[in-house]
Formats: sequence, structure tokens, C-alpha cells
Amino acid sequence: MRVRPRKAPGLAALLLGTPLLAMTGFASGPPPRHLPTAGPPPEAGAALDDSAPAERAPVVVASKPFAESYILAEMFAQILDARGIAVRRRLGLGATAIAFAALRAGDIDVYPEYTGTGLVAILGEKPPSTGGEAFRRVSMEFRARWGVRWLPPLGFQNTTAIAVRRATADSLHLATISDLARVSRRLVGGFSPDFLGRADGLPGLEKAYGLHMGQTRALLQSVKYQALASGEVDVIDGYGTDGQIARYNLVVLRDDKHFFPPYDAAPLVSRHLAEDRPDAVAALSELGGMLDEAHMRALNRRVEVDGEDVAVVAHDALASLGLVPDTVGPPPAAAASGGPGGVGTATVPEAPSAGSLPAYLWSHRHATFRQTLRHLLLVVLSLGGGILVAVPLGLWLERVRRSAEGAIRAVGLLQTVPSIALLAFMIPILGIGVGPAVVALFLYSLYPIVRNTYSGVRDVDPVAVDAARALGMTDAQVLTRVRLPLAAPVIMAGIRTAAVIDVGTATLAAFIGAGGLGDPIVAGLALSDTHMILSGAIPAALLALVVDGTLSMAEGVVRPRGLSRGSA
Amino acid sequence: MSSPTWALEARGALKCFGPVRALDDVTLRVAVGEALALVGESGSGKTTLLRTFNRMVDLDAGEVCVQGVPVAETDPVALRRSLGYVQQEGGLLPHWSVLRNVALVPWLQGRADADSRARDALRLVGLDPDTFGSRWPRQLSGGQRQRVALARALADGPQVVLLDEPFGALDAITRGELQVAFARVVVSLGVTLLLVTHDLREAFLLGRRIAVMRAGRIDQVASPEELLAKPATPYVAELLEKAGVT
Repeated sequence: MRVRPRKAPGLAALLLGTPLLAMTGFASGPPPRHLPTAGPPPEAGAALDDSAPAERAPVVVASKPFAESYILAEMFAQILDARGIAVRRRLGLGATAIAFAALRAGDIDVYPEYTGTGLVAILGEKPPSTGGEAFRRVSMEFRARWGVRWLPPLGFQNTTAIAVRRATADSLHLATISDLARVSRRLVGGFSPDFLGRADGLPGLEKAYGLHMGQTRALLQSVKYQALASGEVDVIDGYGTDGQIARYNLVVLRDDKHFFPPYDAAPLVSRHLAEDRPDAVAALSELGGMLDEAHMRALNRRVEVDGEDVAVVAHDALASLGLVPDTVGPPPAAAASGGPGGVGTATVPEAPSAGSLPAYLWSHRHATFRQTLRHLLLVVLSLGGGILVAVPLGLWLERVRRSAEGAIRAVGLLQTVPSIALLAFMIPILGIGVGPAVVALFLYSLYPIVRNTYSGVRDVDPVAVDAARALGMTDAQVLTRVRLPLAAPVIMAGIRTAAVIDVGTATLAAFIGAGGLGDPIVAGLALSDTHMILSGAIPAALLALVVDGTLSMAEGVVRPRGLSRGSA
Repeated sequence: MSSPTWALEARGALKCFGPVRALDDVTLRVAVGEALALVGESGSGKTTLLRTFNRMVDLDAGEVCVQGVPVAETDPVALRRSLGYVQQEGGLLPHWSVLRNVALVPWLQGRADADSRARDALRLVGLDPDTFGSRWPRQLSGGQRQRVALARALADGPQVVLLDEPFGALDAITRGELQVAFARVVVSLGVTLLLVTHDLREAFLLGRRIAVMRAGRIDQVASPEELLAKPATPYVAELLEKAGVT
């Protein structure tokens, strides 16, 4: 059965023709990374050549930003690939809210999810006690509400684990969470931000066990284990299958009151895939029941601790299960230049490199270049839009005056909306990718520009303005010949502030699959790979300097020559 | 209809700023080619009255005419371009060169010879256009700036020039020099002049007639000699005495 073409994201469709987009790989990126599969390589191109190119859109495989999610998504992608189904990867999407919103909107087709998360975080229900019950419940509800389908569970559970250092467990005699509750006031907890807020996280745990941490700190998954090992925190939340638990010789406390719901991992697929792609559903269903906890923990360890390439680990796992033929020879490391790249390219995280940082950066220069262009594209589009809206808005507010301060403060409030929340809000409207990222960055860029335009124009020498009017300049001439030129240095300063903030914030665009230099940062954080993080962070910092320097030169051009340096 | 005998005329002019009557039934006439000095303390309404003639202030009641035409019926932009105007602080555009500042009104009027008019005007106020034309306002002394402002007011050859405390911000010596220079220029051009000042000596020097304003009303309009001989109110007498021009 043929498939209707997937709808292109609105903004992307509008901009597809522009050269800059093409350069950044948005329109026609490099071919997907060659994955280590034997047999005929059924890449996107091959599938398209088949007969009806437009109809057979690639299946979009996504993950959340942590190692296990990357590995499972990569396994999904490889088994689809091996069954002759074209695949596109969008790995490392922000968090549950973003990944699920993207799945509902049809921007992605499948990602690995956990039944407990589905029940508690998405449906907002109380967790049932058994895994089978949880799976039946989410299957029914997700299908009824959104047409979204849970495929057969993969076979392992990844329940939340509360872990402490072995020394702590020994000295305080901790074996269960009830033991922890006795001494919790003396200990510092380091928890994921969502664990701190979710009903199935710390709030629920406190109620169930009468537990009260002396202090809690919000920590990302990637730094939590190091913080625990170094003694900065005493208790963390992790996952039962984390490879790091063994690495740091941690003790997982037994959930003696069965607080944590069952977290069976399963592929969660979109309505479109469930209804129109039985071939893809069949391929993904082959993974049902194939992985147990020990196996998954071993795979996680290879990626998180040993630093192996996700694609290699995923391939080995599929091969050992007999789902794909074993490869002849090692996977082509050269194809790594695909890297955590732009949308439309494979975003397989690289293996943490063994070599030096300069060598790593050099070997990833092509990917970095593409990510930098994409990053610049996000900044240019959002900042350009910000200037086009904020400068006239500031000018208009200066005329009405009375409501100006209130309006500017309202724009400033936008600044306080957490970016992840802003991104998640926009997915139902704009999907994922460049569109919502540009809109979010645009909203963040407004405040400094509006503020400076308003005060810059307001504070222009009133005598000069009065003389210009009294000698017969029209209002338009007063604006374009006097007020704007005299306010230009202040307005430019606002634009520079917005631009530098923009470059920094644009790294978060990786959470909604918009690419850019945030890709290696997000993937690197998930995989504990410092080199990978730096391969995004260093160019981002340099880009901020370059953008600021360029705008500083532009400021020199727009600064009226009659004004002495430093006065406006 | 009679041809306009008055270059500037205000009849029953009324203007309130909130509870304050800045102009309280003011009537004033300035003949063509006449130089009239409007004297008063700050807050007396003299600047407000001056600004009704170029419609920088619109009246609440009464009528103001320029060259016999009620200003309410004119296009304010065209009206302003036809009147010369100098403020206390000069109001030069800081991002424009001296020459461009002076050429402002001819340029607004689309004159092809705007620059040469500006150069002529600079010469008229005693500034060499080759030396000063390319300078920025911030590179000038206070006196030079006011000369440039006067040149700007005169560059398009207006029939009427409005001066609002043009020497108010200058030191005494510069002020004296400029007053003499202004008097010469204005007399040589034969333009109608309305000068607002708080300085009665300046009014005596530059005005052929003097109008004394207080609290939004005109106490007396007279020639300097008449004013000295017959002050109409105790306030005028007191003003004369304070200024030491008796």
C-alpha cells in the first residue's frame, strides 16, 4: 500500500528554495550516514528510485536526549533500514513533552517510550502495580485519544532507581528507600529537573515514604553520576539500566513500597505510521520481547562508559539477536562526518573519541561547519524578524508613551518563560524543526531591541527634534532624518545584546530537532562525551564573538559621524 | 478685502495648559518689516505666543494670522518652511554638518541651489563657508552655533523670522557681539522680526517696538522711548528700573 506524502513543516516549505537553507543541509543535506548493515543498502535514495518517489516518505525515528533512548532509536532505525524502509533520524529531542508533542503532530513517526512515563507524565494517572496492567492501559488510552500506538514492549523495564554511593550505604546501613527516609534530612539529593516536579518523581516519593531531603539540586542526567561520585550530592535518581551504576559502584536502594510504576520500554508510533505503514510496524514489532535488563545495561555501558559509537552498539545488538546479518568488518568510521547534523541528515551521535580535542575537532570540521551555518541561519532568521517587529514596536510605543512601560514589561515577561516550555507550547502549532525554534528565538530577541529602540528614540535631544519640526520637516522626515539616526547607536546596542543572547539560546534548538551547534552539545551531554560537547560549545562561543564583532562594525557605520564617540 | 498690513497678527488668542492660562486674550500686531521685541519673565507666555505663529502651538480660542492668512487654514509644514526660526539652544542637528544644517529649509523646499543659498547665509552671519561648512555642530563655540542657527533661519529668504531667546545661553561678551551682528543683518534684509527675550536691554537694542507680557497678558506695546516716558503699568515701570535702562 502506498502512503500519502508527509506534510512538510510550514516554514521549511516556504524557505526550501533559499540558498542558505540549501547550504546548511536543510533542503538537501548529505545522504544519511551509512550504517553498518549487510545486504543491499536500502538507503533513502534507493527506496525513492523504486517507482513513486513522492509517496514513500522516510520513517522519522526520534529519541529523547539520553543514551538508552539514542541506542533504542538507533536500533529502530537500523532494523527499518534492514527491512528496506527509508529512515530519517531526529535524535535527542528535548524531553517527554517535546518528543510526544512531535509524535502527536506527526512530525516524527516513532520513538522509544516507557509505559510508566506514558501513564504518569502524559496521561496524568496513578501508576498501576503491574507491568501488564500499565501496558494495557496506555495502549487503550493513547489509541483512543490520539491514535498513537504502543508496539509490543521490548522486554526490559527501566524503572527509576534511587542510588547512593557504596560508602554512604555502608555507613548509614541503607538497603531500601525506607532506610533512606530515616536519614534523608541529612543528605543532599541531585535529581533530574523533571523528577523534581513529576508526580511519579520526588513529590510522590516523599509522600509514599515520608522522605524529606535536606537539600535538593536539579542536575542533568549527564552530570548526576559525577556529582554523586565526587560527593557533591548523596542521593540521585537514575534508571535501572544505567550503565553508570556499575561504573561508579553505586548501590541501588530497593523500592520496598513499590512506589515506582513499571517502566516497560516500547516503540511508540504515530497514527500515520500505525495506519499506513504496516511494513514499518512489522519491522519494529520484531524487537518485541528481545531485550532484557542485563542486555540493555550492557549496551548502555558500552556507550556511556566505554564510549563506543551508538550506531555500532545498536548494530551489534541487532546482530546478536539475529535480527540483522553480522557486518563484514568494522563500521565505516569515516561516515562519522554525518555526525549530529542537521535535520534530514542522520543524527547519530558519534563515538566519544579516544584522541585529543584538536584531533576530534579537526575530524568533525565538516559537520561543525554545517552546524555552524545552520546555527547562523537560526540566528539570522530570528534576529531579522526580531528587528523587523521590535524596532517599529519601540517607535510606536514612543509615540503613545502612556502604555509604553507596561507593554515593554510584558515583552520582557516573555524572557522569563523557560525555553523548553516555550518550545513545547509551539509544537502543536508549528511542529518540530527550524520553524518553532526560529519563533522561540524571535520572541526572546524582542525585549532588548524594543527596550533600546524606545529609550533611544525617547532620549534624542528634544531641542534638535523641535528645531527640525519648527523649520518644516514632516513627521516622517523627523523620524527618518533625525530621531532614527540619532537613536541608531542605542538601537544597535540593543540588537547586539539580542544577537549574543540569540546565539547562546539557539543551542537549545537541538531539543526540537532544529539542528545547529546545540546538536553535539545535547548529544554529548547525553553520552558523557566532553569532546562532543566542546565541538558544539567552542564554535558557539566563537560565533557569538564574531556576530558581536560584526554588529559592532555595523554600529560604527550607522553611528552618525557628527556624534562624538560615547554620546548618543 | 484689504491687503495684509500686518506680517503677524494675534487676536483674542487663548491657550491653556491644564489650569494655567498661558495666553489670556492676547492681541498683538507686527507690521511688515517691523522688528518687535516681546519681553517678559519666564512663564509669562511669550514663547507660547511666538510658537502660535508657526503652529508649534495651536490656540484654544482666538485667531492668529501670518501675512494676513489665518494659520489655522494653512498647512503647518508649508507655513513653518516659510518662517525663519531660532531657539535658545540653536537646535542644530548634531549629525549634520554646518552646511547641511544651514541648507535644511532650501533642501526641504527642493531648491536646486540649496547649498549655494546656505553658503550665502553663512557669509551673511560672518562665517566663512569654506572654513565652517564641513564642521560638525559640536566643533563650534556657543556663539558660532547661534550664528549658524541664524544662517539656517535666513537661508531660504523668509519674510518673517521668529527668534526665541537666541542669545539666552551665551556669555555676556559673545551676546553683545552677536546682538550687534544680528541687528545689522536683520536691518539689511528688511525682514519682519519677532524676538522673544527676557532681557530688556536686548529688546531696546533690537526692537523698534516692545511688547511687555505678564501672566499671559500684554501690559503694554510701545516704542522704547514711549515705554520709558509712559510705562502703562507699575509692572512695566518696575521692569524698566530693574533693567537699568531708565
